[in-house]
Amino acid sequence: MDENLVLMKGIDKRFPGVHALDHCQFELRAGEVHALVGENGAGKSTMMKILAGIYAKDAGEILYRGQEVDIHTPKAAQDLGISMIHQELNLMNHLTVAQNIFVGREPRKGVGFWLDEKKLNEQTEQLFERMHLKLDPRMKVTDLTVAKQQMVEIAKALSFNSEVLIMDEPTAALTETEIEDLFNFIRKLRADGVGIVYISHRLEELKQISDRITVMRDGRYIDTLPTAETAIDKIISLMVGRTIYESAPELPEDTDQEIVLEVKNLNRGKTVKDVSFQLRRGEILGFAGLMGAGRTEVARTIFGADRLDSGEIYLHGRLVQITSPRDAVKNGIAYLSEDRKRYGLALGMDVETNIALASFNKFLGALGWVNNAKTRETANHYTDALAIKTPSIQQRVKNLSGGNQQKVVIGKWLTADTEILIFDEPTRGIDVGAKSEIYKLLNDLAQQGKAIIMISSELPEILRMSHRVIAMCEGRITGELPIAEATQEAIMKFATQRNGTSRDNGRSAASSQVGNA
Amino acid sequence: METTTTPKKSFVRSDATQKLLAFGGLIAMFIVFSLASPNFFQFSNIVGILLATAVNGVLALGATFVIITAGIDLSVGTVMTLSAVMTGVFITFLGLPVPIGVMGGLLTGAFAGAINGTVISKMRIPPFIATLGMLYIAKGLSLVISGLKPIYFNDTPSFNQIAMGSVTGAIIPGFDIPNAVLIFFGAAIVAHIILTKTVLGRYTFALGSNEEATRLSGVNVAAWKIAVYTLAGAFAGLGGVIIASRLNSAQPALGAGYELDAIAAVVIGGTSLSGGEGTILGTVIGAFIISVLTNGLRILSVPQEWQIVITGGIVILAVYADTLRRRRQ
Repeated sequence: MDENLVLMKGIDKRFPGVHALDHCQFELRAGEVHALVGENGAGKSTMMKILAGIYAKDAGEILYRGQEVDIHTPKAAQDLGISMIHQELNLMNHLTVAQNIFVGREPRKGVGFWLDEKKLNEQTEQLFERMHLKLDPRMKVTDLTVAKQQMVEIAKALSFNSEVLIMDEPTAALTETEIEDLFNFIRKLRADGVGIVYISHRLEELKQISDRITVMRDGRYIDTLPTAETAIDKIISLMVGRTIYESAPELPEDTDQEIVLEVKNLNRGKTVKDVSFQLRRGEILGFAGLMGAGRTEVARTIFGADRLDSGEIYLHGRLVQITSPRDAVKNGIAYLSEDRKRYGLALGMDVETNIALASFNKFLGALGWVNNAKTRETANHYTDALAIKTPSIQQRVKNLSGGNQQKVVIGKWLTADTEILIFDEPTRGIDVGAKSEIYKLLNDLAQQGKAIIMISSELPEILRMSHRVIAMCEGRITGELPIAEATQEAIMKFATQRNGTSRDNGRSAASSQVGNA
Repeated sequence: METTTTPKKSFVRSDATQKLLAFGGLIAMFIVFSLASPNFFQFSNIVGILLATAVNGVLALGATFVIITAGIDLSVGTVMTLSAVMTGVFITFLGLPVPIGVMGGLLTGAFAGAINGTVISKMRIPPFIATLGMLYIAKGLSLVISGLKPIYFNDTPSFNQIAMGSVTGAIIPGFDIPNAVLIFFGAAIVAHIILTKTVLGRYTFALGSNEEATRLSGVNVAAWKIAVYTLAGAFAGLGGVIIASRLNSAQPALGAGYELDAIAAVVIGGTSLSGGEGTILGTVIGAFIISVLTNGLRILSVPQEWQIVITGGIVILAVYADTLRRRRQ
């Protein structure tokens, strides 16, 4: 009666400060596509990384074909026939496509020490033929587009002839046709009896491809449902669990606010191509796009963290030269990195110091002494104003939750009197409840007259928060939509528009060609 | 516009440019020094340059592997000395036959390298620290074992012939290229083959390109890293045998600073310290650039202390050229 290929029971996992998985379960049959859904931080990836031998579980058991197994290394998982395609690309950029796919399993000749490069490339070609993938096995991975790199990852996982294939957001960077190819391949694998775990945020996709859906939320198992009999609305309500986004953004009444920031024909290497846009006072401008679309690079260039090759930046109509983050901060621009622990905070220091960090000049007294009374006053002010939940402002930032850490970063930049705030994935890694607080904060900031750029890979977030949406693909701005016209479909269409000649209007299309000549 | 998926362009750009640049620099130096002094382009002087390159070149071959894995080996200089001393112990103190003594020297180096690799991959000590420790250990052991005195090979004249004899001179009279140089070229060919044709070479690049991805692919990362450092140690051992043979003695106080020359040769040759790319040919050219520079400046009567200053400038220039190239990509 046990038709399960994989059965995971009572899985528990803690990371420092987070109970990532609380008594979770999951089952997978041979020949099914089993979707795993949940909001960011729900524990989907953690659960699957345990199955793939990347994380060790703290408690619980895994049965594989009815036998209890101990999967403590990725190799052990592969030996059992379990492969995982990771969300973040895990490739060796300096090696060729074929070398990447068969790393660790290179065909040998002679005494077993010699590489058989010819056979390696042949095997890869055969694999690609089966996948209907047109790609030269001898190309270096670094020269491929993100989408092609993703296909290499998928090819690699498939090359193990796995019985269990875990795909973590495999379509995040793929075009419609590539997705269709992938789905056909998944269906073929399913017919061959492979069990496939499919993690995705795109619920329409799950409807197309999956047989069952398991929902997780906040590190807990919620339910497993047959796809055919379940409405998308039902899945969403299970994922979200409670109403979290109470407040829709209040759109600005008048659209002729002053233009605070204007960027003209910004270029940087391969990643930023002829980017032009305007940002108004009191506006939240959403930047949508797939992985590697160049949104973060645009932000870093404006912020002076990366040097621009060409282009102009105007603040209040005045041309400015920003060649370092220091220039940007002086001009009232703040950049809140998606990786706030690395780039946004001094984790080991307290809330007060972090809030004062970007503007110590304001707190200096005679002889360069720091005026502690003033920093304390400021820190207390923002702790209250932003509702930062901390026992005291002497608390070390590393002990705060993700949402409160994000607020500390915001407080830091407000202290520095910035008027343009660039948020890069502002709610990444922040738990569901705290998200709505960050959203409210963004709204408040916009209403106070700050100009905000919000880079986000989550379309619902873009749609919920932005007054205007810009979509990017492969370094170019491919579309701009007022929020009234923005839908997930419309944005995705722009976000996957490859080799696009920039925007709809002819002017920038023409100049982009000049820029590339 | 569709150029992103055509391979040709990138191949030329990424690997060959730095090598061409380095090779061009080497040729330019030859021309400049030849014009500046009639003594430079003489057979005896060229042989002198080749001989001066042999030891540093062999050390740099091993260092190339380590640096491609994004690691560093600071111990190659003193491990070379320890290997020389152990060769002296085997041959002079214990009176073992020369081939066995040579083998002992090579194994000493390989053993020290294996310890480096184990400390790095099992104890998770950063390569800089682990090999810095080995630098001191090997230096200290050389002094302890030798009793602070040089060990001479006066009883075994054949040992001196390993580096200073000339196989080519025996075949073509007058064409006396010392064996040390031939050993270096032979070692370079072996290193090139290991790096490009074998599993060890493949994992050397894979580790340097993305160690985590390599681990997740089921490769035994620790074992291969130990293998890479062992190989670097074996090359240091070979360097020890060559230098002992050349000097007809094992000098226990020698060796400090050799690791830096080796790293400089590797870096000038276009191997990236951030890992994932590098070539043996580049390293060989890099090693020659350093000795041509030293030799040429000496012929031009530039004081030795200034030669060192100029070498430093060349290292920085070479890496700057590489950085510019990378940034343009």
